[in-house]
Amino acid sequence: MMKRRKVLFLALIVSLLTAGSGVFANGTQEKAAAPAAAKANVQQVVLDNKTPGGDLEIFSWWAGDEGPALAALIKVFKANYPGVNVINATITGGSGVNAKAVLKTRMLGGSPPDSFQVHAGQELIGTWVIANRMVDLTPLFKEEGWLKVFPKDLLNLIGTKDGIWSVPVNIHRSNVMWYVPANLKKWGVTAPKSWDEFFTTADKLKAQGIIPLALGQAWTVNHLWESVALGVLGADDYDALWKGKLSWTDPKVVNVWKTMDKVLKYTNKDAASLSWQQATDMVVHGQAAFNIMGDWASGYMSTTLKLTPKKDYGWSPSPGTNGTFIFLADSFGLPVGAKNPDATVAWLKTCGSKKGQDAFNPLKGSISARTDSDLSLYNVYSQSAAKDWASNRIVGSLTHGVVANEGFMNDFSSVMEMFMNNRDAQQAANACQAIAIQNGIGK
Amino acid sequence: MAATISKTRQRDKLTSIFIILPSIILVGIFIYGFIGTTIYTSLTDWGKSAGLALNPVKHFIGLGNYKDLFTGFIHSRFRQDVTNTIFYSLFLLAGTLALGLFLAILLDRAVKYEGLFRTIFLYPMSLSFIVTGTIWRWLLSPNGGINLIPTAFGLPKSNFLWISSRTSILTFNWQNLPTILFIPLGLLTLFLTFRNIRKNKMTRGIVYGIITLLLLLYITVLRNIIPPILPFKEKHGLNLATLGIIMAGIWQYSGYTMALYLAGLRGLSESMKEAARLDGANEFQYYWKIAIPNVKPITLSAVIILAHISLKLFDLIYALAGADNINTGHPAINMYLTTFRANQFASGASMAVILFVLAALFIIPYMIHSHRERKY
Repeated sequence: MMKRRKVLFLALIVSLLTAGSGVFANGTQEKAAAPAAAKANVQQVVLDNKTPGGDLEIFSWWAGDEGPALAALIKVFKANYPGVNVINATITGGSGVNAKAVLKTRMLGGSPPDSFQVHAGQELIGTWVIANRMVDLTPLFKEEGWLKVFPKDLLNLIGTKDGIWSVPVNIHRSNVMWYVPANLKKWGVTAPKSWDEFFTTADKLKAQGIIPLALGQAWTVNHLWESVALGVLGADDYDALWKGKLSWTDPKVVNVWKTMDKVLKYTNKDAASLSWQQATDMVVHGQAAFNIMGDWASGYMSTTLKLTPKKDYGWSPSPGTNGTFIFLADSFGLPVGAKNPDATVAWLKTCGSKKGQDAFNPLKGSISARTDSDLSLYNVYSQSAAKDWASNRIVGSLTHGVVANEGFMNDFSSVMEMFMNNRDAQQAANACQAIAIQNGIGK
Repeated sequence: MAATISKTRQRDKLTSIFIILPSIILVGIFIYGFIGTTIYTSLTDWGKSAGLALNPVKHFIGLGNYKDLFTGFIHSRFRQDVTNTIFYSLFLLAGTLALGLFLAILLDRAVKYEGLFRTIFLYPMSLSFIVTGTIWRWLLSPNGGINLIPTAFGLPKSNFLWISSRTSILTFNWQNLPTILFIPLGLLTLFLTFRNIRKNKMTRGIVYGIITLLLLLYITVLRNIIPPILPFKEKHGLNLATLGIIMAGIWQYSGYTMALYLAGLRGLSESMKEAARLDGANEFQYYWKIAIPNVKPITLSAVIILAHISLKLFDLIYALAGADNINTGHPAINMYLTTFRANQFASGASMAVILFVLAALFIIPYMIHSHRERKY
């Protein structure tokens, strides 16, 4: 009797488990050919020039400090399309940690927002484009003349051979080295132009008890790495790395890790518990000489700390990257199944327009993705960045989603943490090769 | 007469089944169904390329994901996370039990304002882990909080990196993991062999004996012949950065064990205490020899509850040290990042299943134990 009951109970659990997995794990055993076939029927945006109306839901993580910039952009939109009711759906959390998770559940649940903020490049392509959930915007780019006003390097990095997937609203630069000019003078050094020069400068600083390079927590280390990689490899090899044409185990790439190891010796020991702002503070307060951070640091120093660019703080491209611009961009696209595509197209037109970009970017502290923006609206730093944007070679950022998909970015963080612990350049290079294969880099 | 009784009984039975049916269905779908889905997902390769497509392509790959986690080149982080979990569990258990018992004994001795102290000690438990994590992040920051305590006595400030240290002690090579696990296991089976033989349970004794011999064979000979589980040396150990997390966890939960123990100590009869006194036991002997053995059931349930809390440490670590801090990593955080940041759904699901099995290792013996106790 006891035994039979036990058997029955077990049978019940097993049947529940299998029934449960049967119900929820549907849509599974597709043929492997499905994605290849899907690629062929990419949806293209329909431009019918109807006057848009109805609701338009814009999904982003621009709240708080970045809220006013988004509001300015929406104001431009409303002036052009008064018939559309804009729903501004923001989810807070730096670089979209929370917003991205919510977006995934909404897309999987079949209710995509009309347009959502996303880092332009592989972060969008590797997650949503290969899943066939984005609409190709090439006709819109042609109609608006954007193929001419956006730099060609940029269009190559945010598009694939099947189309262009999002409209970049802003451009930030990743490879900038910040310092306080008066302090450098006091310590008798200048901003180094190559990593070799950096090491001699750093030794001088160390002898005076100054931390040569301020560093913050986890992602800021990855951020530093992309500047080191570009400085050591040069733009061509850097690009080749992401196209899969240069192996991660190539001696040149191993050398990047060796240089990284050397650079890390000149950083602060408490890095892992500092935010990027605290790392920038170290430079401002004269505890450290340099900090390599994206140009939102300029916004932080000029707006939050009320410092004057060029006088109170200075900048130069990170060592060895003069003439190259590592960019990252926020962008908006049109997801498949959006409820109000006409309004979304109108929104995208505003995002890419000169007027929209020049309303948004001075407030955000970034520059316009267009090469024809009105520079008088921007501050001294942004003007210099815009000049470089129009003239420099442009490559994409790893840490901020341009050159590698989310899988690689996540695994790379783990590799970096491992490297920080054991400082084994060869092992880090091997691990990167493994995760590059796993995440299909260069395919 | 008898017929009506059995009829009512049958109707009662039907009614009770109908009443319980909705919850059985809901629990079946939302707990067991989802567990089943997760287990199934962990056996596929969902997430390899277009994981978020409308109809994602999944292939059944058996235990491949699990093999990768324990022996794959790129999952070193997960292996450190598992090592961390073991240390988190051990230290959290030891710390909260010892401190909780200590506080309970202090309060048991009829102190003034006992209610006030009880509230103070129990208060941290009412905070959420996120709040605890934020408070302790401030306390443990390198240039503030705890590190400044020595300066109050005129000493230089401490420079210990509580949550960002990269030093690790008690390191072992992951390649030696089977050996490390098999030695205590072998000792256990050896013990069981002798016990069963002494009790004249020959078959059992022989089975355990054979297992012992196999383990011995592996440790001495096979270890050097079979290729190691990893093709390269990989060190794991107790990261000093976890100490900060452990401290915060102990701070939050020792009040809880205190409350459990206090209830247990109060439940002991006064006559037992008096009998011990009459026999000449001092306070220490009373607690050590009489009170503590008598509150063993409480220790057991505290162990179960704390062990599964340490398997769910996600929010404390997330708030205190950040998700990307590998030195304080935990499989639960790794699972979240792998699933929702890297879109590797199958790999994340296999981590979830491993956590599930670990929790079951604690819970199921406890359930069997309490089930048996209720029966007799």
